[in-house]
Amino acid sequence: MTETSARSVDAKHVSPGRPDFLTVRNFDFFYGKKQALFDITMDIPEKRVTALIGPSGCGKSTLLRNFNRMNELIDGIRHSGDIRLLGQSIFDKTVEVIALRRSVGMVFQKSNPFPKSIYENVVYGLRIGGESKKSVLDEAVERSLRGAALWDEAKDRLHESALGLSGGQMQRLCIARAIANRPKVLLMDEPCSALDPIATVKVEELIHELKQEFTIIIVTHNMQQATRCSDKTAFFYLGKLIEFAETQKIFSNPVQKQTEDYITGRFG
Amino acid sequence: MSEQDPKSRAIAEIRLGPDLFHLLCWVASAAAVATLGLIIYEIVSGAWPAMQKFGLGFLTSSSWVPNRENFGIFPFIIGTAASSFIAILFALPLGLAIAIFLSENFLPLPVRQVVRFVVEMLAAIPSVVYGLWGIFVVIPLMKIFGAWAVSTFHGVPVLETLFAPPAYGNSMLTASIVLALMILPTLTAISRNSLTAVPGTLREGAYALGATRWEAILGVILPTAAPGVVAATILALGRAMGETMAVAMLIGNSSRLSWSLLSPGGTLAGLLANQFGEAEGMQVNSLMFAALILVVITLFVNLLGEAVLRYTQNQTAGIR
Amino acid sequence: MDSIVTHAPDFFSDTKPGSTKLISRSLWNRILSFFCVGLSLLTLIPLVSIVYLVLKNGLPLLKWSVFTELPPAAGMVGGGFGNAVLGTLVMVGLGLVISAPIGILSAIYINEYAPSSRLAQAVRIVAKLLTGIPSIICGVFAFAVVVATTGAFSAYAGGVALAVLMLPTILLTSEQALLGVQHAFREASYGLGATKFQTIVRIVLPDALPAIMTGIMLAVARAAGETAPLIFTALFSQFWAKSLSEPTASLSVLIYNFSTVPFPHQVQMAWTASLVLVAFVTLANITAQLVFSKKH
Repeated sequence: MTETSARSVDAKHVSPGRPDFLTVRNFDFFYGKKQALFDITMDIPEKRVTALIGPSGCGKSTLLRNFNRMNELIDGIRHSGDIRLLGQSIFDKTVEVIALRRSVGMVFQKSNPFPKSIYENVVYGLRIGGESKKSVLDEAVERSLRGAALWDEAKDRLHESALGLSGGQMQRLCIARAIANRPKVLLMDEPCSALDPIATVKVEELIHELKQEFTIIIVTHNMQQATRCSDKTAFFYLGKLIEFAETQKIFSNPVQKQTEDYITGRFG
Repeated sequence: MSEQDPKSRAIAEIRLGPDLFHLLCWVASAAAVATLGLIIYEIVSGAWPAMQKFGLGFLTSSSWVPNRENFGIFPFIIGTAASSFIAILFALPLGLAIAIFLSENFLPLPVRQVVRFVVEMLAAIPSVVYGLWGIFVVIPLMKIFGAWAVSTFHGVPVLETLFAPPAYGNSMLTASIVLALMILPTLTAISRNSLTAVPGTLREGAYALGATRWEAILGVILPTAAPGVVAATILALGRAMGETMAVAMLIGNSSRLSWSLLSPGGTLAGLLANQFGEAEGMQVNSLMFAALILVVITLFVNLLGEAVLRYTQNQTAGIR
Repeated sequence: MDSIVTHAPDFFSDTKPGSTKLISRSLWNRILSFFCVGLSLLTLIPLVSIVYLVLKNGLPLLKWSVFTELPPAAGMVGGGFGNAVLGTLVMVGLGLVISAPIGILSAIYINEYAPSSRLAQAVRIVAKLLTGIPSIICGVFAFAVVVATTGAFSAYAGGVALAVLMLPTILLTSEQALLGVQHAFREASYGLGATKFQTIVRIVLPDALPAIMTGIMLAVARAAGETAPLIFTALFSQFWAKSLSEPTASLSVLIYNFSTVPFPHQVQMAWTASLVLVAFVTLANITAQLVFSKKH
């Protein structure tokens, strides 16, 4: 079922990373008695964009929320199998979940800036990590906002409320906030579903930029988006990983019948 | 309507019922509005002779001697404010802790429901029963505490003044502690509402950036809910200022001012409860004047609280 | 190539390498949680204490005779508080008879007839303000309106005081009840050719009734427990009231009077009266909740 890419070093990537950066092995996941994920095994490559696609309820978001253990906020969940980041199990007893979440950042479907200033939103992760030097924070704000392509729009209003930004700007602020932590992995849960087309283009361009530095995993409903911005695509259906390959291959020449049906719009 | 054919007269008669009902509803509404006006009118007109005789000196004078027709309510204004503020001092941390406890999942839902039920029960117990309980439980405890505090804090600046002897059981401190219990449900309920109104996405956002639970609570959730907590505190303060029976039974009803929390004090509501039944002449007018002051203070505090609460609701609506 | 060994520490540990923090963030987190849970459970203590003492001190004297006999005179034993139970019921009933029609009808007016009229806005503001008025002010009002004009303390005066106390609760919960009626019901009724009056009486009110009853029960529970509005309106009486225009006993004033006397028997009777009062108030509250949850 799993097809690990043989050509993980692609010429168009500036700094190709290791193919087994983030590994999922025989991963089952349950909400109470209901099983949401079945025996998932996949290797997510470093500094590339991996898209998770599939119809609603197929488990793609559930898997995404396991990478930073956000599912643990829900009562009555359990899992078997393992997820490893750089070979280290993220479920290991010695792993502090708050440290894991700094290494694996997340951007949500609906932008969720805190009711604070733009500046304070960006430095939130650093502040709770104990950083209080103004020079470090200032530097991080500029770096992160530039990284999220928001610097030019926001540099003159850093100390105004983040709630005054437009929808697309808010989402880019949330991206800036996530990358201020200098994560290894950036998870994006349908980051453009609440945005208009112009804001969507901006975020997609941003994703292209960000993969120079970060390993990105994006959940999307939008197949054009998957083809536009991902290198690899995983298709999920009813909690199972049906097919995982180079994006180009999935969309031009899928191996599985279900994948073909889905991408050609016959269901979902 | 008079010279119409029988059919339309019948319709007119049928319409009489509905119109009467409409009218009744209007009259009831007018009566409801008139109630507040009437309350204020009756109290002002009752207070009028005292207002003319004492003027603003009534508020600043400290002597309340009915048989010499000498009336001033300064100690009772101070007592009302002090007992309420001290009660808030006790109730705020407790109420906030319970509100957070109820909106988080520290313990399983059934345990939280028990705590919630208990807090709601506290609201249902009549004031006079709190007073009875206070007389037989809190006052004896406070006598012991008072003796201990007097000897312990002797010679310590500030504390020596706050816990100066003699230590009475009926005291400002006793009344404040029981008051704190009584306003706890108000404080908890409104705080909890404003905490649960904070969108879950903000909490997720904080967690996703690596915040611990309490970093999320203290750094994001509580600041977002803060105006609601402020409103809860103000409304609870309003309740505490108007609370009568338990305070009247526990505070000692003295018009002597003292810095010591262990001395008796008095409140406006307690003054009314104690003296109205047997008052005559100018004393009644003076009590009416005191009632007017109490109404003005509590109305002001409640309006302020409602205004903050409304501001909060608009505010959280903006975040969503 | 990255290795696990070099990455693991700064990856997965709570503190920065070389951090000198004495208490880790996770430990702080646990301390605060413990503290918060501890404070919350602390509130159980006073409530348990109140309930325990009311039962322990109240049960011994709780016999049928306390509901039929008159209060014992100072220093005497035996007797009961039958007149006070009756007085409380009568005055709460009087209060309800006055406040319920005004409250419910004005709720209908501000929600069905003229929701955005000046009068409706005034009613909403006044109701909110009345909830914030101290209960003793209701007593002062009734004193001025009834006692001062008739020259006598009476059950009427107590009833008026309680009516003012109950009015905002009934009005505001009735308004919420009417707001809770689905708009589709009204439209369906109008669509079938019903008049406004028919729609209100046949569709809206029956649907809102359980929630209105909840409001009434809550108001009754609160009024039954109140002492302050009665203390100088109905006053108290050692005897059965012969009419509504004479001083009338009530449970709450009895508790107040007996709590400060030096006679153990009277004090114990205060506890027994507290038990009856708390039981009644709790029962009324639970009924209100049940009526309400039946609807939702």
